[in-house]
Amino acid sequence: MSAETAKSSTESDVSGLDYEETELKLGLPGSSRIAGSELERKRGFSETVDLKLGGSGGCNLDYLTAESSDTRSSGAGKLPANKAQVVGWPPVRSFRKNALKSCTYVKVAVDGAPYLRKVDIEMYGGYQQLLNALKEMFSCFTIRNSPNNNERRLVDPLNGTEYVPTYEDKDGDWMLVGDVPWKMFVASCKRLRLMKSSEAVNLAPRAPQID
Amino acid sequence: MREERSEMSENGDGDEGKDVRWSPDPGGTAPPKCRAAAGSPGGAAVPPPPFSDQVLENVLENVLCFLTSRGDRNAASLVCKSWYRAEAQTRLELFIGNCYAVSPARAIDRFRRVRSLVLKGKPRFADFNLVPMGWGARLSPWVAAMAPAYPWLERICLKRMTVTDADLALLACSFPSFRDLSLICCDGFTTIGLAAVAGNCRHLRSLDLIENDVEDDEDEVVDWVSNFPPGKTCLESLIFDCVGCAVNFDALLALVARSPFLRRLRVNEHISSDRLYQLMTRAPQLTHLGTGAFSSSVEVGDFEESLESAFHSSKSLICLSGFRDLAPEYLHTIYPVCTNLTSLNFSYAQITAEQLKPVITRCHNLQTFWVLDSLGDEGLQMVAATCKKLRELRVFPLDATEDSEGFVSDVGLAAISEGCHELRSILYFCQRMTNAAVVAMSKNCQELVVFRLCIMGRHRPDRLTGEPMDEGFGAIVKNCRKLTRLAVSGLLTDRAFAYIGLYGKLVRTLSVAFAGDGDLGLRYVLEGCPKLQKLEIRDSPFGDAGLLSGINHYYNMRFLWMSSCKLSLSGCKDLARQLPRIVVEVIRDNSEDDNSDAVGKLYLYRSLVGPRNDAPPFVKIL
Repeated sequence: MSAETAKSSTESDVSGLDYEETELKLGLPGSSRIAGSELERKRGFSETVDLKLGGSGGCNLDYLTAESSDTRSSGAGKLPANKAQVVGWPPVRSFRKNALKSCTYVKVAVDGAPYLRKVDIEMYGGYQQLLNALKEMFSCFTIRNSPNNNERRLVDPLNGTEYVPTYEDKDGDWMLVGDVPWKMFVASCKRLRLMKSSEAVNLAPRAPQID
Repeated sequence: MREERSEMSENGDGDEGKDVRWSPDPGGTAPPKCRAAAGSPGGAAVPPPPFSDQVLENVLENVLCFLTSRGDRNAASLVCKSWYRAEAQTRLELFIGNCYAVSPARAIDRFRRVRSLVLKGKPRFADFNLVPMGWGARLSPWVAAMAPAYPWLERICLKRMTVTDADLALLACSFPSFRDLSLICCDGFTTIGLAAVAGNCRHLRSLDLIENDVEDDEDEVVDWVSNFPPGKTCLESLIFDCVGCAVNFDALLALVARSPFLRRLRVNEHISSDRLYQLMTRAPQLTHLGTGAFSSSVEVGDFEESLESAFHSSKSLICLSGFRDLAPEYLHTIYPVCTNLTSLNFSYAQITAEQLKPVITRCHNLQTFWVLDSLGDEGLQMVAATCKKLRELRVFPLDATEDSEGFVSDVGLAAISEGCHELRSILYFCQRMTNAAVVAMSKNCQELVVFRLCIMGRHRPDRLTGEPMDEGFGAIVKNCRKLTRLAVSGLLTDRAFAYIGLYGKLVRTLSVAFAGDGDLGLRYVLEGCPKLQKLEIRDSPFGDAGLLSGINHYYNMRFLWMSSCKLSLSGCKDLARQLPRIVVEVIRDNSEDDNSDAVGKLYLYRSLVGPRNDAPPFVKIL
């Protein structure tokens, strides 16, 4: 545990981010902290990449793979997230629906593609469904699992270019999709961008990419 | 009880309380008896002097201009040819409940002096994405026809129409006396159209945009507020809470400052509290205020006092809405106006009972209350305890999904029924309900005109007894003698429909979803409810036999919508064949097989002009 803590303080020096106030709770996957704790620290992009490339499998905070433990907070008696939603039921006007969860409608941009799409991220039960939807939307992609670091990347089979799903959060930081619990992601995501993975690695944590 | 099969009348819509059904033939002659009676006092069958008809019509016109209700006017126009002509010349407000029931040309030909038009387009289920884009209800042919024909047009109110920027521009330039524009649940226009209206309607009194889809591309937003002409305006009402993009605040502030007659101002969510108070101080005479976000990204500072002070000075406020991103810590600023409020809309604010308490306990005069179910049964109990004059209650779901938790239940409904005996209209979304609570409401709230209960989980029975919700809805139709609008939900058998057919003698609008056992249910309603005008049904096991049981009734109705029921193409064709003046539309979804006999969506309506010529490819008119 202490080794991890030491590592985190080094990282905060490097990135210039001040995390003294926030507690970093590292725990084994499946521990209770996963369910949307407010004290979770938000990590910048390069830290995430570092953690993953370093193969720190012991404390895997990648929620892309922790999907099964990511349950909705609403509790018992819930139907699985992939149950078919009936169109127009309950009968609430889209204007009202959108107004109440307006934060969950986000634009999706793909590096190199001229068009934008919009998705309602709250419609999806988790990261896997979101990625599947993105795959369908920009139908040229396939999802590839990178074997060494449990990341999911989207690949354009025509030219083999890998895309990494990233998002801009409420503070304007660009983050890697899958970094935080699903619910927290839904609450903080403002925009999605499928970034070419070659660019993604170079992205500094506090430099938002402006299109 | 079977209705006589009747010819459909041009006047058919809005025959409130009138049973007159026959239709005059505009091209033919009136029965001679009528003429003689009008022209000669003796009543003998002698041809009258040539000018007396004209004199009588002039007299009639002067009398008929006092008739304002369209039901009365419809009846008056059926007396005889003279009355028909006189009424046509004096009708100032034209109400068209279905834009496809009549053509622009025909409407203009009959009514020559219209000053005000109300026009409704798409069926209501379009609000819930059941009608594909491009279905129709375009304003364009109407504006094009009216521009030369009604130069003195003052008012247009549209609901569920597709309105383009070009339409708005043409409208703004064609009617020099134009004063009131009201767009409700419309789409197709952007800030470009708004700019045209603002800039060209020199006598604009009201611009009311309510729940429209106004989504500009970010790059193409136009500063429409700046387009209002300089100098004092006649503006009395400016409602733009549905406009998705931010407006030029300085221009808005200046506009409000030079609009001394402004009474209603509802701003969109981009106006934060620190800006709201500035608007309020320039318009202390406001009666209706839409508060925008009611929060601020700016540090809490002096403006909170200013906001408080602004509410203190707003002596005339009776209606508050907005609260689109409510910061609960600012709620106390509205306390000064609570006691005068007759209408409060918190339906975009995720407010809890605790947070609501200090507000609602001050609202003794509240008549209309819209709220999210986040207030819970406890919050509803507070409402019931204080708002004794409540007439309209709408409780919307915070989480509008079928399997959401639901924060209100039968407990809240029962509480309201016990506290609010003046209730006329209720819309209630919940997950758990009992027959007992609904029965209680039917007995306590005898003034109910509108009862819409939506149990979000499909086919849910009474949560205590496990029984269908038949008895509850049955009690509503039986005990609420003034009921005209009903929406049902939960587990329902044919018995519920039997009750509706038996007791729902005044019901005009009925919404059914996921209910019933079979055709008999539909038959009960169609044969039992003489006043039925609008029937919308989805996902219920009604088939061709049920559909055909309404043959004697469809000419008296505005429309019938049936989607995801058990209808077949052959059945619908059969109906279309038997009812020549009904337009029968079958709407296809993409996924449907073209050759299948099953009908996904049926929309039928009476029309004087036959099948429309603007139907898109996915609409088949039988």
